[in-house]
Amino acid sequence: MRRERAPIWIAVLATFGAAFFVLPLLGLIVRAPWGDVVRSVTSTDTLQALKLSLVASLSSTAVSLVLGVPLAWVYARIDFPGRTVLRALTTLPMVLPPVVGGIALLLAFGRRGLLGSWLDTTFGITLPFTTAGVVFAETFVAMPFLVLTVEAGLRSMDRRYEDAARTLGASRWTVLTRVTLPLIAPSLLAGAVLCWARALGEFGATITFAGNFPGVTQTMPLAVYLLLETNNPQGSFILSLILLLVSLVVLVGLRHRWLGSA
Amino acid sequence: MSLDLDIRTTLGALRLEMQVRIEEGEIVALLGPNGAGKTTLLRAIAGLVPIESGHVELDGELLEDPAIGRYVPTERRSIGFVFQDYLLFPHLNVLDNVAFGLRARGASRSESLRRATEWVDRVGLESRAGFKPSELSGGERQRVALARALAPDPRVLLLDEPLAALDATTRVAVRRDLKAHLASFRGVRLLVTHDPLEAATMADRLIVMEEGKHVQTGTPVDVTEHPRSRYVADLVGVNLYRGQANRGTVRMSDGPLLAAAGAETGDVFAVIHPRAVSVHRSRPEGSPRNVWRGQAHGVELYGDRARVRIEGQVPIVAEVTPAALADLKLVEGGDVWISFKATDVSVYPV
Repeated sequence: MRRERAPIWIAVLATFGAAFFVLPLLGLIVRAPWGDVVRSVTSTDTLQALKLSLVASLSSTAVSLVLGVPLAWVYARIDFPGRTVLRALTTLPMVLPPVVGGIALLLAFGRRGLLGSWLDTTFGITLPFTTAGVVFAETFVAMPFLVLTVEAGLRSMDRRYEDAARTLGASRWTVLTRVTLPLIAPSLLAGAVLCWARALGEFGATITFAGNFPGVTQTMPLAVYLLLETNNPQGSFILSLILLLVSLVVLVGLRHRWLGSA
Repeated sequence: MSLDLDIRTTLGALRLEMQVRIEEGEIVALLGPNGAGKTTLLRAIAGLVPIESGHVELDGELLEDPAIGRYVPTERRSIGFVFQDYLLFPHLNVLDNVAFGLRARGASRSESLRRATEWVDRVGLESRAGFKPSELSGGERQRVALARALAPDPRVLLLDEPLAALDATTRVAVRRDLKAHLASFRGVRLLVTHDPLEAATMADRLIVMEEGKHVQTGTPVDVTEHPRSRYVADLVGVNLYRGQANRGTVRMSDGPLLAAAGAETGDVFAVIHPRAVSVHRSRPEGSPRNVWRGQAHGVELYGDRARVRIEGQVPIVAEVTPAALADLKLVEGGDVWISFKATDVSVYPV
């Protein structure tokens, strides 16, 4: 890259821009009660919330992969009427306020919801206020990230590799599993990580649809909020620190993708 | 074993209409400029591009005929395809690339690897078996592509510009190897190229196509000596004219009368090799029967000779030695005279 000096007004604004991100993170690190960290991290409540968060976010990533990859494939490869509209609808949760998502989930899968009442009367299954409900809420909000990333990967791959595989006698299933998916592996990974990170941080839809029950639906972000509200800011600092750490690990893990050129 | 094709289809602006029959033991090269539809034809044979009408028939087995709704999908056609840029699977190593077709056609893993290893050895890449395609040279990739296409033992081998991705030095060696492998393959062999040298050295028969249509078929010697289109004439580097013959003369479609020793009657092609055309500063005296004036436009080196393009009533290319070129003191657009003998005009019916 050409060496260039930034004009003064750009340098000033850029500094403010960077400080806006660095200061809060610094605050978290400086003000965290480090002395209590170990005790707090190993407390049952924290471990419970952390475990629930990991289980729910990983489950929701798994569900997103199983349902989202086929959906991305359909968007990338099949031209059908209403594709644009359907694609917009399934992307909506990326921009929709999560609380609204939670309400919508309640109206669909809640006890009196469109499908929920049938599930309840037929199978006795209720989703709201259960761990499964947490997975539902997180998947609703996070899956679009995976779908969009995988769809972009499918669109940009050279489809002639699939032609080559077919001339070698590969069935459509073999082409998909042995050629297409391996070729878009970077997009799959990036999509899965984005999806997982979004699921891990999910708050609004979860608390609306699944509630806030320790051990059942109280994930880390919910626990942070609760601790802050119940006059235990120290505890919320520590949990925040843990979430920050997890996010940092993910970002470093993906540095080749987003920070590679820097 | 034979491949019988009658392929008609439209792809974008290209209308493809080709009838081709390839017999066992033949190596056929499809020669044509870019955009002639050569690759599309290969893809249609493999079933990667649907045909609108006609048929693809291998050994009497109908692979495709839209009229009766017959379409055997690509994966069930016994066809080996070497793609222009090889399309080796970047995530698999050499051995797994070669084993891919065997695995896909149902061989066990150990059996596939055993036979793939044989093929990798056969193309001389034993030491590269564990390498990824990105770690190979162009020539090595070409060999992997060939081994991968041949390993499942197809009945037809299609090669799309197999040497185009290689640099000039590698190309000579790879062409020799490829020729040997083609000779040992017992099925139908069809090769696509835009390089006349490649076509002439590798194939028994050339099929020239332009704009989706058949232009000329024949042995390499036949095609190069009797070009039937401007494209082939340019490839071979000769002057080609068309006109009406009348006992010793040819009346060209755009005007002038050509003295041609062998001309009989009827619609004919006339070919004059640039070597036979002399260039003069002033009107030449002497025996040549064909003399006309034109303007020199563009000089190109052609081996150790120079080729001068002379525009006039009809354009013609003359070949001169660099020394002669210096003596002529040609200027761009300057007037010159050209001459050639009636016996140097080769005439054959359209």
